[in-house]
Amino acid sequence: MAVQTSPRTPTGTRRTSTGSPRTPTGQPWTEKWGGLLFVAPFLVLFGFFLLWPTLSGLWNSFFNKSLAGVGGEFLGLANWREVFHDPAVWSSLKNTLVFTAMSTPPLVLTALVMALLANRTGVFGWFLRFAYFAPFVLPATVVTLIWVWIYQPGFGLVNGLLTSAGFAEIDWLNTENRAMLAVVITTVWWTVGFNFLLYLAALQGIPEHLYEAAAIDGAGDRQQLFRITLPLLSRTTGLIVVLQLVASLKIFDQIYLMTVGGPNFSTRPIIQYIYESGFTSYRIGYASAISYLFFVVIVIVSIAQFKLFSGRKEDLR
Amino acid sequence: MTAQAISLRPAVSGPVQPRFSFAKVASIVGAALLALLWLVPLLWALDTSLKPEPETTRTPITWFPVDPTSAAYRSVLDQGSILRWFLNSTIVAVLVTALTLLVSVLAAYGFSRTTFPGRKVLFGLLVAGILVPPQVLIVPLFAEMTTLRLVDTYWGVVLPQVVAPVMVFVLKKFFDGVPRDYEDAARVDGATRLRIVWSVMVPMSRPILGAVAIFTFIGAWNNFLWPFIVTTDPSMMTIPVGLANVQGSYGLRYAQIMASAVLGGLPLLIIYGLFQRHVIRGVGDAGVKG
Repeated sequence: MAVQTSPRTPTGTRRTSTGSPRTPTGQPWTEKWGGLLFVAPFLVLFGFFLLWPTLSGLWNSFFNKSLAGVGGEFLGLANWREVFHDPAVWSSLKNTLVFTAMSTPPLVLTALVMALLANRTGVFGWFLRFAYFAPFVLPATVVTLIWVWIYQPGFGLVNGLLTSAGFAEIDWLNTENRAMLAVVITTVWWTVGFNFLLYLAALQGIPEHLYEAAAIDGAGDRQQLFRITLPLLSRTTGLIVVLQLVASLKIFDQIYLMTVGGPNFSTRPIIQYIYESGFTSYRIGYASAISYLFFVVIVIVSIAQFKLFSGRKEDLR
Repeated sequence: MTAQAISLRPAVSGPVQPRFSFAKVASIVGAALLALLWLVPLLWALDTSLKPEPETTRTPITWFPVDPTSAAYRSVLDQGSILRWFLNSTIVAVLVTALTLLVSVLAAYGFSRTTFPGRKVLFGLLVAGILVPPQVLIVPLFAEMTTLRLVDTYWGVVLPQVVAPVMVFVLKKFFDGVPRDYEDAARVDGATRLRIVWSVMVPMSRPILGAVAIFTFIGAWNNFLWPFIVTTDPSMMTIPVGLANVQGSYGLRYAQIMASAVLGGLPLLIIYGLFQRHVIRGVGDAGVKG
């Protein structure tokens, strides 16, 4: 979605802001334009580091530009045509979608189970919140250093447990079918805490009298869970799924640090391919075209989810 | 939703449920097992970092170091780079947090309480900016940084991270809900609008500003992709980028790798421990307002 608005267009908002008393020294200039001074610092940075790269990325996608070079030759739609015929684009996009599909369900379900358990237990509150959420505050590199060590063949924790239980060990990160699963497990461990806290906040917003009334009517634990708790959590679940899908689509850090996209490119996500096209092959124009393709995917998912989500919200009311 | 509301209390109380039902005991056991499962990787890293190097690769694996030693920590610290990366991360995270708060609070006030020609168009642009994932901007942004000669500088790492339209949006929504009476009273007393921001809006929104500050700080400290791209000089790297090189440079010395992982993760765990209430309230607010 291209941002295509002319900042110069006046909107004609001419009403005075409130009926509040004015300082007697208030000058017309500050009355009309003074507010702009408040937003100016943000807008300057926004223009430089968000709007400009967004537009120049689109512009670059029509040129054959190298990272160092200025100018570059106009290619028209050649980069774009190449994007659609490049198997690496589609395989890395597929890996990204596979990761999203594999990681979203466990990240939502585990968080829900954690929140339900923590909400029931009542005791150890601080301890449970710390244990479930602590990995979320760690940098990706720390998380991946730990998990690469855990997945080590031979003396890694996972394989150590597998072999002592009599199973054959698995070279997790160097086996095509296992590497993505290993990344998903790491990601669930790392980031589930955020969804857990969202669910916990929602659970504690459910009024207790609903449960009391249900209990008086003879509803057991299971009925209370399925008739009250889960239906009332549906709005939160919608929100978590939206946030999680968009977050998972942006996967890069942990894959790059754990497998560098391997083995045999089986885990390489689209952002890594953008990175490689721009910074290893030095093809700015081509990398920009892939970026825009991915940008469109993200926007479509966001909008579709937003539509679905706001639709469901209306159903509840 | 207040912080107090997000304390862990049983959802069902009073006569509804017996004190020790089977379900309750099962919940406690399940919650504790999950917590243990979530802590094991952290403990395993700590455990490994305290082993002498040969013991780390011994099979069958040992749970507790036979001969605990701080040798791995000493050699990591002796190499010096990690202290430099700590310093860089601190400078970057503090600058990003301070500038984000300053710029976002001013902008949120401007969009919430002032009028000027083009205000609605600019706000629309900001909302559209929320949709742009920073990950797709790395290539044009790096090209821009090369032109501006900001590669391998603190400003090159910091400035793009200061642009957080979602923060402005959240703060603007919050400011919209602050009653105008306070502001009007201050205005009668002759306060300038800048003064009103500082003495009325900021104190009234302290909890949300605290949450924004902590999330911005943690995000800036942990950001990997952008600092990874904009720094090439090891002396300019932040902790996450610097540590990414550790594995290669240490070869197969796992105790040292784990010692640097522990050192790299510790500051954030401490900050989280100290500000847990704010972090939880921040997430809670996101859930309630989202």
